Amino acid sequence: MSLSSQIKEYCKVKYRSIKVVLDQLEISVEKDNLLKLIQFLKDDPSCLFDQLSDITAVDYPNKKDRFLIIYQFLSITNNQRVRVLCSISANEVIPSISKLYFSALWAERELWDMFGIYVDGHPDLRRLLTDYGFQGHPLRKDFPLTGFDEVSYETESRRVVYDKVKLTQDYRDFDFNSPWGVEDKIKDKKNND
Amino acid sequence: MTDTKIKPITMNFGPQHPAAHGVLRLVMEMDGEIITRADPHIGLLHRGTEKLIENKTYVQALPYFDRLDYVSPMNQEHAYALAIEKLLNVNVPLRGQYIRVLFCEIGRILNHILNITTFAIDVGAMTPLLWGFEEREKLMEFYERVSGARLHASYIRPGGVHQDLPDGLLEDIDLWADQFEGFINDVETLLTENRIFKQRTVGIGKVSRDEALSLGFSGPCLRASGVKWDLRKSQPYEVYDKLDFDIPVGKTGDCYARYLVRMEEMRQSLKLIKQVINEIPNGDYITEDKKIAPPKRSEMKGSMEALIHHFKLYTEGFRPPKGRTYTSVEAPKGEFGVMLESDGSNKPYRCKIRAPGFYFLSSLDYMSKGHMLADSVAIIGSLDIVFGEIDR
Repeated sequence: MSLSSQIKEYCKVKYRSIKVVLDQLEISVEKDNLLKLIQFLKDDPSCLFDQLSDITAVDYPNKKDRFLIIYQFLSITNNQRVRVLCSISANEVIPSISKLYFSALWAERELWDMFGIYVDGHPDLRRLLTDYGFQGHPLRKDFPLTGFDEVSYETESRRVVYDKVKLTQDYRDFDFNSPWGVEDKIKDKKNND
Repeated sequence: MTDTKIKPITMNFGPQHPAAHGVLRLVMEMDGEIITRADPHIGLLHRGTEKLIENKTYVQALPYFDRLDYVSPMNQEHAYALAIEKLLNVNVPLRGQYIRVLFCEIGRILNHILNITTFAIDVGAMTPLLWGFEEREKLMEFYERVSGARLHASYIRPGGVHQDLPDGLLEDIDLWADQFEGFINDVETLLTENRIFKQRTVGIGKVSRDEALSLGFSGPCLRASGVKWDLRKSQPYEVYDKLDFDIPVGKTGDCYARYLVRMEEMRQSLKLIKQVINEIPNGDYITEDKKIAPPKRSEMKGSMEALIHHFKLYTEGFRPPKGRTYTSVEAPKGEFGVMLESDGSNKPYRCKIRAPGFYFLSSLDYMSKGHMLADSVAIIGSLDIVFGEIDR
């Protein structure tokens, strides 16, 4: 019996959908049932997902539920993988799973640092990768690639100083889709005809 | 006698410290010489790789992977190339797969030489480092001969590898492999039964099976704790299922077991390299699909179509269909995973890199609690930490 049918049969927790994407199992779940589902995946003998590989998020600034949180689990006992997806809006918080998986501690800190998603119940939610006193959340799509601040060493005062980013040339975002606008021209021509 | 309360001392370790293996800043609370809390401050090498990848086409983003774990660059590229191939649903020709395995195993040896020898220097043995770097130099010459670069190879591309092996390379790798066994034996005579080395590592930083799983361990560190788990065996990719090799498993889960597992893994990698050299077939090294891989230089001189393909590939790139995939490989340090999400454009919508070292370092506090200050150095050394991949 495949893992997805086992989960369908034994899982009492309500989930939104379960499907196979490119040979990998994905379970979507509401935020309120997230902890229960993960507990089930960890303990149920048909699943036994004993390791949390990764937590990450994807930012869709135009959607109502802005962030999609992705948990990646691995069962070493059963040699299986599963992905748990949970959508939240920009001002919602997610529960911490660090009580179930120790490896979630830093993964959730990174989530907070990079996306600004607040993790409820995390014992030590500090920034992880960015500078001390950093403002903003870099992996959000509305954060500019070049950032806001730059640092340099000032020889006179003998210390590191922060400055606003000064670019000698603007970031060049080429529109690779159609270097000559060929597709558009064809479309225009068709419309005119 | 009255009780006197002693305030714990907070000590700063790094970020510029040779035993920190890069830019690790460790804030430790000490009770005398016993560590009560170790708080790693990371991110000093954070370059925003994931953000940069979102702004590049798929092929342009590939070289960033060399710069993650710069000790074994090709293994990272491999994970990324596999992820793209999964999205695009392309197959790699058999020769390409063998070449990939060959260089992934060379990368594994590169990594383990560096880790074992620097670990040894951290706990007081100087000679292995001097010997090891000579071997690493030879291996990086092979990298150079095949890709033109000693470190940042960008050799493994979506659909195969960038170029075919140059003439005589396989023979030279074979010659090197013959003498490398002797190097492993030499290092083993220096370390394995060395009294000082054992005193510094046996019983230090012990991690049990269940703890290792919960801490997110993978690779040699997980195997040292007694879990027989290797992605090359359990979820085989490329031609690993056709090759014969064993997975070394440790018993005690301490620093010494991690060292022993790595030593044995080098021997297994050597076995794999020998097999690849004997079995490698002739044929294509990269997919024929010209929408994914560039045409040959010689074709471009005469064929207009080839020229257009080349131009379109390096400006616009390819567009994988919408989808999401998590692809992982057994990198020398552990499970290196790439989560790619495509929105149908020529740039990845999101690329998350799962670095094994990230989770090793997150467990440092747990592992070094109750140990002496000097033991933390042994623990860091045995975990195989490289900041390129942790900070990303």
